[in-house]
Amino acid sequence: MRYTFAFLDEQSKRSVRRALLKAVAIPGYQVPFVSRELPISYGWGTGGIQITCALLGPNDIVKVIDQGADDSVNALNIKRFFARTAGVATTTLTREATIIQTRHRIPEERLSASQILVLQVPYPEPLRLVEPRETETSRMHAEGDYGRMYVALYEDIVRHGEITLPWDYPTRINGRYLMSPSPIPRFDNPKLHLAECLFLFGAGREKRVYAVPPHTPVESLAFDDYPFRAESFHGRRCERCGSTDTYLDEVIVDASGRRSHQCSDTAFCLQRRANPALSRGWGHNRGPAPRREGT
Amino acid sequence: MGYVAVCGGENAIRNSETLLQFYRRRGESDPIQVRQIVQQMRLAVDRVMAEGSLYDPTLAALAIKQTEGDLVEAAFLVRAYRSTLPRLQTTPLLRTSGMRLIRRISAAFKDVPGGQVLGPTRDYTQRLLDFSLLDECGPAPEPPRTVLPGGAPEETERISEYLRREGLLSEPSRDAPVSVDITRDPVSFPVPRSARLQHLARGDEGGMLALAYSSMRGFGNVHPTVAELRVGYLPVRVAVPGLLEPVVIGEILATEVEVIARDGDAGSDGSSSPQFGLGYGFALGHNERRTICMAILDRSMLAAQPSAPAEDQEFVLSHIEGIEAQGFTNHWKLPHYVDFQSELDQLRARRAAGPGTREEPLIAPCAEVPA
Repeated sequence: MRYTFAFLDEQSKRSVRRALLKAVAIPGYQVPFVSRELPISYGWGTGGIQITCALLGPNDIVKVIDQGADDSVNALNIKRFFARTAGVATTTLTREATIIQTRHRIPEERLSASQILVLQVPYPEPLRLVEPRETETSRMHAEGDYGRMYVALYEDIVRHGEITLPWDYPTRINGRYLMSPSPIPRFDNPKLHLAECLFLFGAGREKRVYAVPPHTPVESLAFDDYPFRAESFHGRRCERCGSTDTYLDEVIVDASGRRSHQCSDTAFCLQRRANPALSRGWGHNRGPAPRREGT
Repeated sequence: MGYVAVCGGENAIRNSETLLQFYRRRGESDPIQVRQIVQQMRLAVDRVMAEGSLYDPTLAALAIKQTEGDLVEAAFLVRAYRSTLPRLQTTPLLRTSGMRLIRRISAAFKDVPGGQVLGPTRDYTQRLLDFSLLDECGPAPEPPRTVLPGGAPEETERISEYLRREGLLSEPSRDAPVSVDITRDPVSFPVPRSARLQHLARGDEGGMLALAYSSMRGFGNVHPTVAELRVGYLPVRVAVPGLLEPVVIGEILATEVEVIARDGDAGSDGSSSPQFGLGYGFALGHNERRTICMAILDRSMLAAQPSAPAEDQEFVLSHIEGIEAQGFTNHWKLPHYVDFQSELDQLRARRAAGPGTREEPLIAPCAEVPA
């Protein structure tokens, strides 16, 4: 028996592409789609995989990262899946890839207009923090009724002195839909703003896709007196490439509990080692997203 | 073996797969044949077909063999395979009155037209371990044979029809004439009844059992009477271009249950004269427990104002989907060090800000959903 190109039957892939077109047309809006079972478990990237499968052509070059790393076992397994079912070429070089599928990171190297970043999403609904029911959250989205979200953030500040959401920090897209950026660190949120590339988000288990098209304003929720704050590494450097401007993983080195730090983006770290002057390229020449007051 | 190895991850995956093969075949006994699983692990195969949502005993048995008897994982394999199959046709409605029965009981009436047929069941056996099976050999026993007066009936009417004719059943409002297929049409809540039934027909049996049990125990209000439970073979017909009548292409083994719930229970439509309500259950294969649970949950979800977990369709349907639930539960084994780094950053920042700010965060990301 043989499988179809990129595993899913053609009807299913077409239905994903139709949902994606709608997602691009309505930035930040969660489009329901028919999520099919894959030979990889729900919760392990099935939303992203279905998007990638639906987009793949024979000439695409695919890169897959997990927590920033190319050689993480889950990333390798997903990449192996694309190579096996679609016969496409794979790479670890960010700039060489036409489609990059990722879990929990946006690459350090800025993506170009010819690239698509596919993000795996566990919880597509940012309002789940304040409301468990889909019937209610869809109403809140439709009416732009995001007051409860701002109240929750305000209460957080009252109790803790700042907004304590660490990752999956909610964003507002083009001044309209509230959107989960997926569990990327806050460090990566600004990369979504006015980017050159297309961001596609897939939640397989929750059966939703959404998109941030190129050149779309993306604002991380905040208040004027409590601005958005990304993670700080307090001047620490990557012990491999010496970078001070990348997202670092903290590694416990020995039994005494001593820590060292390494770039989470393994591909960028390798390149920085060869060329210390290499620029990340994100966020230059770009103003902040237009601020909107909480409703 | 590095978990998120800096390098060598691919080798680790391959070695892990080889180890699995080793454990699957460990010991000196002969490999289990798929044919044996089909014939002797009948109910395991039927559960995998139901949750795998694909009628193919051989593939279900293969999945059971491949997963070393992990039935949830086996159903997952079958579901994944199902994703590669195009949808070619929709059959006309199957009429279960035409089922070739191997078992049919009613708890509502002492005797019913067509008879109570006990068939193969463990219900009235004593659950004693049968040590003679430790070293079983010899031929299979012959089935007992009974000659029915007038021969086996072509049609056996459902018990609910008798109640319906008497006007005792409230009829649920009808969906659109074409049923939703949740594997082909995107759905969002609230979903129509056809989608609810499809969800239930392939849901995780354990999850459905827990929720249905909660409803009958008091978190809810369904006190079911099993009007009928039937198990048997159903002819499957498809329309063929050029032929007026649909053509039988084969048979499937299936289980069907109808439960009656008293008027005033969940789903009462408030009509003037008191009526019973029906809950419907259906599954591929011989699956009595799951089918009863399905019928109860179908009934409980008809409640206009959900007042218990089992009456809330978003709660029930989102959480009985076993393939999704097991996947997400297992995903916590994946590395989360980037997110954890982010949490460390937040916690350290709050600790640096001084005492009195060490309470638990008010809103934890992706925490349990508040009630």
